[in-house]
Amino acid sequence: MAKIVTANARLVLRLYVAGNAPNSLIAIANLKAICDAHFAAGHELEIVDLLKHPLRALADGIIVTPTLLKLLPLPVHRVIGNLSDRTEVLLTLAGK
Amino acid sequence: MKTASPQTAVTKMLTGIQGFDEITDGGLPRGRTTLVMGGPGCGKTVFALQTLVNGAHRMKEAGIFVAFEENARQIAVNAATFGWDLPALEEKKLFFLDAQLSPEVVKVGGFDLIGMLALLQAKTEATHATRIVFDGIDVLLGLLDDPAAERREIYRVRDWLSKTGLTGIITQKAGNEAGDRYSFLQFMVDCVVVLRHQVVNGSAFRNLRVVKYRGSGFSGDAFPISLTKEGMQLTNRGPTELKYEVTTERISTGLPRLDKMLRGGYHRGSNVLISGAPGTAKSTLAGLFAAAACERGERTLYVSFDEGAAQIVRNLRSVGIRLSSHVKSGLLKIYSTRTRGPNVEDQFGDLRAQVRAHHPRCVVIDPLSALSTKLAHLASADVAQWFLDFLKGEKVTVVNTSLMNGLDTEEATATGISTVADTWIHLSYIVQDGERNRALTIVKSRGTGHSNQVRELTLSDQGVNLTDVFIAHGKVLMGVARWQWEQEEQAGRQRTQVATEYKRLHLQLGQAEAAARLQVIQTEMEARSAEIAVLADATGSASSLLRTDEAMLRKLRHADDDVRVGRRGVAKRGGGTNGKGPEGAT
Repeated sequence: MAKIVTANARLVLRLYVAGNAPNSLIAIANLKAICDAHFAAGHELEIVDLLKHPLRALADGIIVTPTLLKLLPLPVHRVIGNLSDRTEVLLTLAGK
Repeated sequence: MKTASPQTAVTKMLTGIQGFDEITDGGLPRGRTTLVMGGPGCGKTVFALQTLVNGAHRMKEAGIFVAFEENARQIAVNAATFGWDLPALEEKKLFFLDAQLSPEVVKVGGFDLIGMLALLQAKTEATHATRIVFDGIDVLLGLLDDPAAERREIYRVRDWLSKTGLTGIITQKAGNEAGDRYSFLQFMVDCVVVLRHQVVNGSAFRNLRVVKYRGSGFSGDAFPISLTKEGMQLTNRGPTELKYEVTTERISTGLPRLDKMLRGGYHRGSNVLISGAPGTAKSTLAGLFAAAACERGERTLYVSFDEGAAQIVRNLRSVGIRLSSHVKSGLLKIYSTRTRGPNVEDQFGDLRAQVRAHHPRCVVIDPLSALSTKLAHLASADVAQWFLDFLKGEKVTVVNTSLMNGLDTEEATATGISTVADTWIHLSYIVQDGERNRALTIVKSRGTGHSNQVRELTLSDQGVNLTDVFIAHGKVLMGVARWQWEQEEQAGRQRTQVATEYKRLHLQLGQAEAAARLQVIQTEMEARSAEIAVLADATGSASSLLRTDEAMLRKLRHADDDVRVGRRGVAKRGGGTNGKGPEGAT
């Protein structure tokens, strides 16, 4: 599974969550696990609490929570949901 | 804004949608949620958006539109077709949340609307919004692919709405899978509005029905709606009780003879129906009315479904009716439109918009049957009737023409117009001696006496005229037959005149003779009278002579006074009173 991802690409992620709502907490846990497992070498993860920064979320076009933005490498990708299916998440992060 | 029933104290929020605020007695429940259901193309989004736009524009209430189905740009383009300038309103009063997920978004696992509601909360506080629309929320929630989760999110929205006190509108598709899945929504909300789109005999009809309204009375009928250039309108029946202001004012039909037949013209604010076969000069009569109205300086709207404005003006000029100057001055507006099959309500909606824009006192609809007989089913007749009711409410005098071959009551009733018409004039052809002539009859005229005679309508470049028809040998005579009859009549009159003159002379002669005879008799009478006088004179002198003789005789006899000549033998004494003889008695 890890072979899909090229380790030298710099990965920048932003995860929007809504406080400690169940789906948001699950998403944080899932994403951290994926990153630790596959992108331990180089990744940047920012977790934004939408309840505290609504206007920022608005600027980013966030509609539902949780929403994951893969900002780099381009193109930008969006994943909504609690990221429970790791394979799906990895495929998206790999730009497929 | 008004409150309906005090016991429940439901406060209402005006939608500004024409007709809707009337049937719900004030609009949607304020601070509650309304569900707007309907199939595709029913106007759900228009209903919701119009409520927001009207709120922002007229009531100065800010609103939020959450668009799940279309992006904000598409909505702005659609709104522009109704003349709503969303970009201008967006600056202050309207906020659009583009909640349409792009197809590239990957969905992995469950999500919720907590974040979105937090965004909306922030926006509500910033803009002081009071109205919010969730348009097509099923599109997003369908991604959850979990009925329980979808329901949970809907309840989340509901709870959020009731907490914030916003007046919410949720649109929902009906008649598909998603519609069934969200049927619980109907029980959850306080007000349910159902929009329907149906096709009857190939014509589309949209209607609106309020099926639920907690704490308020409402009219549960299905009301036809139309999407006009100004948005959605309900063509509702108006007040059930018909209370138009009536007037005794008469206005000219444009044809003096017809005015006379109607004892002064049409009533102001009445509906006039001119029916007839093709080519019986219905439009001409309507044109006369329009021209007369303009001459009086009244704003007039001429709606034509058959011809363009230029053609109407030209055709009417050929019979001496001049409209072009009135068109130029703006007094007369000729609105030509094609009979569109699809939606009768839309067409009447357009007409209403025309009436509102032009403010006419007189309206011509030529022909109304383009709308009603062609689509001879109940719904269109209803719509036509409502439109005429609407005009009546505005105190507009309307002349409608209607294509009708005969005075077939069934046909007339089917269109339903005959009952609305206050005055009904029927034009027909009478074929006789190889020619067709136009005949005009007043079938009915409410509130006025009217001639029950058939008149012949003649058209020439000199103008339009109504002529008496002649009844001869039990037949109505028109055209050449009438002319012949008139000629004969004239010859007959001449003959009669000569005969009369002859008779007069003859009688004069007799009179002269009689006078002469009278003179003779008079003279004779005078002669006789003279004779009689002479005779009487002679008699008088004779008798006095006789008495003188008698007195003389008495004297000679020394007779007593009392003793008459004829009673000589009876003598009486009594000389005291003598001295006067019988001559004293003579």
